[in-house]
Parts: sequence; C-alpha cells; structure tokens
Amino acid sequence: MTAQAVAREEVVRAPAWSPAWISQRLQKVLLHVVVIGLTAAWMVPAIALFTSSFRHFEDINSTGWWTALAPPFKFTVDNYAKVLSSGNLGHSIFNSFMISIPATVIPTTIAAFAAYAFAWMKFPGRNYLFLALVALLAVPLQLTFVPVLKTYVSVGLVPQNWGFVGVWLAHAGYGLPFAVYLLANFFRALPSDLFESAEIDGAGTLTVFFRIVLPLSVPAIASLVIFQFLWVWNDLLVALIYVGGTENVAPVTVTLANLSNSLGQGWHLLTAAAFLSMIIPLVVFISLQRYFVRGILAGSVKG
Amino acid sequence: MASVTYDHVVKRYTADVTVVKDFNVEIKDKEFMVLVGPSGCGKSTALRMLAGLEQISEGRILIGDRMVNNVAAKDRDIAMVFQSYALYPHMSVYDNMAFPLQMQHMKKSEIDTRVRNASRILGLDNFLKRKPRALSGGQRQRVALGRAIVRSPKVFLLDEPLSNLDAKLRGQTRVELQKLHRDLQTTFIYVTHDQVEAMTMGDRIAIMNAGILQQVGTPGEIYDHPANLFVAGFIGTPTMNFVPASVSDSTAKASGFEVELPKSLPSGKGTLGFRPEAVTDRVAEGSPQFEMKVDVVERLGSDQFLYGQVGGDQVTARVDPRMAVAPGDRVKLGLDTRSMHFFDAESEQALL
Amino acid sequence: MDLLIQDVPTLVFVVVAVPAVLAIYIVGTEYLVRLLPDKQRPRVRPWFWVGPALLFVTAFLVLPALGTVVTSLQDHDGNFIGLVNYQRQLGDFPTGGAWIAIRNNVYWLILYTLFVLFFGLILAVLFDRVRYESIVKSFIFLPMAISSVALAVIWGFMYSYQPADAPQTGTLNFIVVNVFHQAPKTWLSDPTVNNFALIAAAIWGITGFAMVILSAALKGIPGELLEAARVDGAGELTIFRRVIFPLMMPTVVVVGTTLVIFALKAFDVVYVMTAGNFQTDVLANRMYKLLYQSDNPGGASAVAIILLIAVVPVLIFNLRQFRAVEARR
Ligand SMILES: Nc1ncnc2c1ncn2[C@@H]1O[C@H](COP(=O)(O)OP(=O)(O)OP(=O)(O)O)[C@@H](O)[C@H]1O
Ligand SMILES: [Mg+2]
Repeated sequence: MTAQAVAREEVVRAPAWSPAWISQRLQKVLLHVVVIGLTAAWMVPAIALFTSSFRHFEDINSTGWWTALAPPFKFTVDNYAKVLSSGNLGHSIFNSFMISIPATVIPTTIAAFAAYAFAWMKFPGRNYLFLALVALLAVPLQLTFVPVLKTYVSVGLVPQNWGFVGVWLAHAGYGLPFAVYLLANFFRALPSDLFESAEIDGAGTLTVFFRIVLPLSVPAIASLVIFQFLWVWNDLLVALIYVGGTENVAPVTVTLANLSNSLGQGWHLLTAAAFLSMIIPLVVFISLQRYFVRGILAGSVKG
Repeated sequence: MASVTYDHVVKRYTADVTVVKDFNVEIKDKEFMVLVGPSGCGKSTALRMLAGLEQISEGRILIGDRMVNNVAAKDRDIAMVFQSYALYPHMSVYDNMAFPLQMQHMKKSEIDTRVRNASRILGLDNFLKRKPRALSGGQRQRVALGRAIVRSPKVFLLDEPLSNLDAKLRGQTRVELQKLHRDLQTTFIYVTHDQVEAMTMGDRIAIMNAGILQQVGTPGEIYDHPANLFVAGFIGTPTMNFVPASVSDSTAKASGFEVELPKSLPSGKGTLGFRPEAVTDRVAEGSPQFEMKVDVVERLGSDQFLYGQVGGDQVTARVDPRMAVAPGDRVKLGLDTRSMHFFDAESEQALL
Repeated sequence: MDLLIQDVPTLVFVVVAVPAVLAIYIVGTEYLVRLLPDKQRPRVRPWFWVGPALLFVTAFLVLPALGTVVTSLQDHDGNFIGLVNYQRQLGDFPTGGAWIAIRNNVYWLILYTLFVLFFGLILAVLFDRVRYESIVKSFIFLPMAISSVALAVIWGFMYSYQPADAPQTGTLNFIVVNVFHQAPKTWLSDPTVNNFALIAAAIWGITGFAMVILSAALKGIPGELLEAARVDGAGELTIFRRVIFPLMMPTVVVVGTTLVIFALKAFDVVYVMTAGNFQTDVLANRMYKLLYQSDNPGGASAVAIILLIAVVPVLIFNLRQFRAVEARR
C-alpha cells in the first residue's frame, strides 16, 4: 500500500520547471481562476443587493448600485434600523425557529424509516408506491390548502388551540416526498455486502438501520436537513395559510411581507430585511457543511 | 463444528436461469473443502445458499443433522468472509470484530477476551482502534477473518478472500489460513477460481462448471484421476496435453505416435490426455517415442517447458532444465505411459 | 415575551419527543412483527416502516389531489361537466387557453433543468479540488437562503430599465449600454427575452441545491478510484466522463427529476416578478390566477392535473433507472 502511494506521488509530482511541471502549475492556476471567477460572477446579484441595503432610498432609484462602491461614500444603516425597529422582528425570528425546527425534524425522521424500507426491503408494489410518492412532488400546494384547512377546522387543529402543530404537520406532509426520494436513493447506494454481512452477524432490521444505515448516511441526512429547514424558513404561503398573519405567531417571512406592504413603497427595506432573514439559513448550512465528508464508505469493500 | 451436506440442491433465478444444478456433496466435519471453478460457474451462489443469503430453489442443505433451508442466516451458526470484505466502514477494527458478538448479547468481558484473542492470532493488536479505511488490503482481509473467527462458528465460509492481495501476500495468507484451520479445528468451505489455491489448501476439492458439480476428491485424486475432460483441463499448469486419438483394443493411435494403454477399451474415437511431465527427454526402453518441433521454450529455473508440434498436434513437454533447446529445434522425446488418460469423444468422461 | 418562556420547553420537547416517539413506534412494531412466523415477517414489516410517511402524504397530498381530479370535472357550482374544463384549457392551440403557459413551461423544463444540472455538476466537481471549498460553496449556496420575494428584489436590480438617455440603474442594462453600446432592453416586459430572464433568476436561486446534493454524491466516490484512474493516465476530463459521471448517475437522476418537477411547478419567480404578464405565464401561476382571481376552481384543477400528467414520463425514466441499479447489486 505504501509502495503504491509512493508511486502515485511520483506520478503527480513532476520535476520543477519541466514541461510537465509547468503544465501542472498552469492547470492549478487555471482551476483557481475558474473557481474564483465563477463564484464572483455568481455573487454579483447578491452584492448588488448587499450594497443597496446600505444606500439611501433616493440613491437606489436614481443610480446604479456600483456607483456606491466609488467615492464619495454615502452609506447608511437606515434601512436596517427601520427593519429592526418597526415590527417585532425578534419575536418573529423566534417564531420561525418554532416552526422550522419541528417541521424539519418530523419529516426527516419519518422519511428515514420509509426510505430504508423502499431501498432495502422487498415487498410487492414497492417500486410503484415509491414512484407514486415521487409524483406527489408535483402536486401544486395551492390546491391542497382549502381541503386541508377544512379538515383542520373540523377536527379543531387550529392555531388558537394547538399553536404551530398544524403548520408542522403540513410542512411534514409537503416535505416528505422529496425527503423520502433523496434518502432512499442514498440508502440504495450503500453496498449490499454490508447488509448481508450484518445479516450473518445476527443483526436484525433495527440494528442494521440504527447502527449501520444511519451512521453511513450522515451526509445525505445533513443535506436533507438543510433543504427542509431552508424551505420552511423561507416559506411564506404555507405559513400565511396555516398560521395566519397575527403578530405573535407570524414567522419572519410573514412579518417582512407585512412590513413592506404596510410601509407602502417599502420594497427598498426588503434589501436589508432579506439579508437579515438570510443569516439563519446560512448559519445552518455552514454548520452542517462539515458533515459532507469524503469517503464515508472508504475501506468497507475492496473493489 | 459440523458436517455440511448439499442434497440435490438447485438454484434457479428465473424459470430458465438455473445457476446451480443438482448439487450433491458431503463436507466432513473439520474438513477444508475448496469449491473451485471458472468465473461465473455458480460457486458463490452455492456458498450463499449455505449462508442463508439466497433462497434454495430445490433440494436440502444440512449443517450437521439439521436441515437449514428455512433457518435464518444468523441462526445457522456460520461465519462468512466476503469476496469484498464488507467491513463496517464507520466502526473501528475492534468494533467490527465485536459486532457479531454484541448481536448475541454476549457479556462485555467475554467479547473483549475473544476479540483480543482473535486479534492476537491475526496480528491485528496494533490496529484495533483504527477504521478500515486506514488499513492496507491485507490488514482489512485479516479483520474480515477476525470477524468470522470471534464467533467460533460451526462452519467457516470464505468467498475468494485472497483475490485482492498481491502475489506474495496471497502465498503468505494461504499458509496462514491453513494454519488457522488446523488451530480452529472447524469446517472450512473455501471458494476460489484459482486452481493453485485449490490444490494447495484443500483437504478435498469440489470442481464446478456451469452450475454442475464435476468431481469431488483430494487434490491427488483429482490430479491423477480427473473424471472428465473439463476437470483434466482445469487442474494443473501448464494444462494437460489433449490429442485426438482412436482406440482399438488397448492401442491408441494419435497423428504422430502410438501408445499401448494399460487396459483395453471399446474401440472408437476420443481424446488422449497426458500431463506435460509425462513427456520427457528421458527416453525409456520400450515406451513410445516421438519427435517434437519446438515452437516456444519456457525456462523456469527448476523446470523447462517446451511447447511444440507432434504430428499434427500441440504438445507441451517438461524436460530437464539443463537440456539445451532453441525454438525451431527438433527434439526426441519419450512418453511415460503410466499416467495416460482417455476421454470419450461424446460424453467427455474419462474412460481411463 | 411570556410566549418565549412557554414555547422554548415546547420546542425542546417536540424536538426530542418526536424522534423518540417515532423510534419507539419502530421498535415496538418490530416486536410485533417478531410475533409472526418467520415467513410472514418480511411481508409485513415494510408497511410499518413506510406507514407514517404514507399517512402524512395521503392526508396532505393524495386526498387533495384526488379532490382536484373531481373538481376538474365540475363547473363552478359543482355540477359534473365532463372534460369541458380541460377543453377550455387545451382547446385553442397555439395561443389560447393554457398554451402560452405550456409553451413557457417547456422553456423552463429544458433550460432550467439543463443549466442547473450543468452548473451544479461543474461547481461541485471544481470546488471539490480546492481547499477553500466550503467557502465558495457557501457563496453559491447563498441564493438558496433567500426567500423568493427577496430574490425578486435582487433581480429587480439586475433587470431594471431606464430610457436610453437616463443613466441605467440595472446591472444588465448598464453592461448593454456601456460595454456593447446597444439600446437598453426591457428585460421583463419584452416577450423575446423575458422568459429567459425569469428562468435565469430561478437558475441562480436553485443551483446551490443541485450543487450540494451532487457534491455529497461526489464525496461518496472512493478517492482510490479517482487516483487509480489518474495513475492509469486518464485526463481529468476523461475521469469526469468515464468515472465520476457514471457513478453519480443515480444522484443526477434524482436531482434532475426534482428539477424537472420544480420547473413544471415554477411559480414564485414568475409570480413576484411579472405575475405572468407579457407572455410569461406558466402553469402553476395560471392555476393560481384561476383559483384566486377568476374564482374558477374547475379550470385551476384541470391545469393542476395537466401538470401532474406531465410528470409521468419522468417517473418512467426513474423506474428504469432504479431497476438498473437493482440489477447491478
Ligand atoms: N440475481 C441473479 N439473476 C440471474 N442470474 C444471476 C443472478 N445472480 C447471479 N447470477 C448468475 O449466476 C451465475 C453464478 O454466479 P456466482 O456469483 O455464483 O458466480 P461465481 O462462480 O462466484 O463467479 P466468480 O468467480 O466470478 O465470483 C453467474 O452466471 C451469474 O450471472
Ligand atoms: Mg463469486
């Protein structure tokens, strides 16, 4: 093994200033240029927004955002001040957490069970059931609101009595098709030898799931958690329908929508508001990123 | 510790895909049985049916006296080393070996004793805390073995466990496995497509081809008395010489020479078989002789093989390594008639 | 703030209790399953595992979808009228009814899906090779963290239009005028470009999604395999085509399928940026308008069903794909 490693090193490292060395260096430089260039281009719209969020209303409407990057600098934190003072932003951030966290945990857990069954248990109609589930991704949510709300009201599952439970369950239902789809595909990719080996070792279904499948699927679960959290956090429609716009239960998206409406021409405040509401999902993403590790399966099977 | 019996076992995937056909073999207690055959012949399938990973379509499999057709894999008291090692990548070496014992709800102290014992036998003491990805191929292979050893199963199943090791390590592990078999005093069933592994390791060998068991016997029996053309050609390197011949009474006539067979056979056409070592430069009194036109000379130090033409047929000879020959030469060789084989043209079964 | 004190325990309770309850459910049902004879178990067990998921999607998606089928066959007062709603939507080819929306959805389907997959793959593979991967990934991911309303504001800055003699405030028109010396374009109301403008904004918003999932799949490819290919003398492009891409195929299918469905359902960007005017309508937006502005639930339902039927070919492709995966193991 070490001998091989050495051999590979030699392949990779050509002697300094040889043509191979120069071409390798050039490729490296090119790679960095492309990576940084693409990222920078991708950032332009966001930078425009970010810059604008520190500009005066009149300036935003009369000159391009890039003019603000050259002297004379006329930055202001007015937009942020207004967003933070008007409306109960702090509380609605709290509400957003209250909605998003359970609305992420519930479907992720349920999806993991279902995905395992779809990926590794054999039962009649499995593939068709799975596809039907995927097809549900395409159901337009707008159409479900009325029937679901009617049911909620008839069984008393309304915010006054049950707080956020209604919206949690709804988000879980809406998020499940994607969640199961994503996880089942990752589970399916695990090597079948591991399952057979575990079977011979005497591990039952539960042990295989909790001690082998889950630990090996951490990257998939992390990405699912990120997306589900994010969709719920940024959702306006479902929240409006099942939670309503009252201040003490409104999540950030609803509060911000109200804010820009109530202030009339308040869309420029959205520049600041958008950045504020973005912080939490970004923190979630960055903190879960370390679970995307290479080679979680390395060493399990030889070929 | 137990015997294993395959009794008319059939494996069918679909109505017209039968990969194991009427498989009958009895593996004795503590025996090292090697199942060998070309790639895709159904060896793994036969083993996996015994392990409980594959349904048995027809027939019975017994471990000891117990029929296990409907017994779950975990209750068969077997251990298996996979063709891929199938180590749990997120568990340390220690945990990989402890896992099957934990599944039996064994006491922690007992688990510890067994794992340490196994790791000592396999020389894994220094790696117990490592994850499989930080091990070399050979070390991983030993962990896979360790995971089987700790359970002290009745039967050990090994599916080409050496196929990923380099030649030297393979030779070394071959010896270690035999030693392990002696120490553990357990039934081993070992699957391989490598006839050298089969010959060197097995107490007995079962040879399969295209889902059909061809012959079972000790390495010596199989080498000296192959039951049919396939076995004769599969075992031994370089392969046995096959020349078309016709027999009348006890005389076989090939294109370049005639041989007197030790007994008389029904007259007809067939294939005459003799191993390269039966063709030598020592021309014995009274035995058939012929001239070979040499095409290729292969010197291996201890041996020298000549590949060439006798009459119209390809023949390989093993001659004294000191004999000076060059391609294109014509050499006089003698045939040792004590180990001649003759195969029926139709059935390809050995008649001699 | 009294709510806060009350609610934090609730939150903690939910976060701990929900997985716990589900775990107890799964463990409990496993014990039930073990009461059954050996042969029955594999047949019964899966239903316990998929049960909760089926329950949820039935309540929130299947039943409403079935209701939609019924509604699509009814007039405003609930009388059965057969396929009239469908006929109204699909009757006037090529510009009447839902046809503009269908045409635009085809644009979306092709451009959005392909570009997002393309960018997602390229970015995942390129970023995999640099040490500051997590930073650049966060930047590409950033648009995902923005709500659709904010996305509209951002792209408003990109697309905004001023008459040719006034200074341009929109990034794109600034470039058009000052770099290419052309007349500024009305990106969102000019029917020759506006659909593509909307699709571009949506692509920008979702590429992070594709990148993250594809990148996770990429990490699943054993490094040894890539090293082996490199030692074999394969160029990086060959490695991508012959090793990386085939191994990532199942994930590409998952992401692709999801994107196709997202493209069919495209709504947010259209709704907030043009509201479907200037020939930028799409099916989901049309459905929304029929439902909430024209008070035509039958028409809206018919549009929704058309949308659902459009998914079928993708599903068939999926079925073939995972049959292939199964055959391989
Ligand atoms: N699920 C299946 N459906 C149909 N045929 C199968 C299936 N699994 C295996 N086979 C076929 O069964 C035959 C025997 O397979 P098996 O794995 O036992 O071969 P093997 O002797 O172990 O070969 P190798 O030395 O390459 O491992 C092969 O021809 C294979 O194609
Ligand atoms: Mg095999």
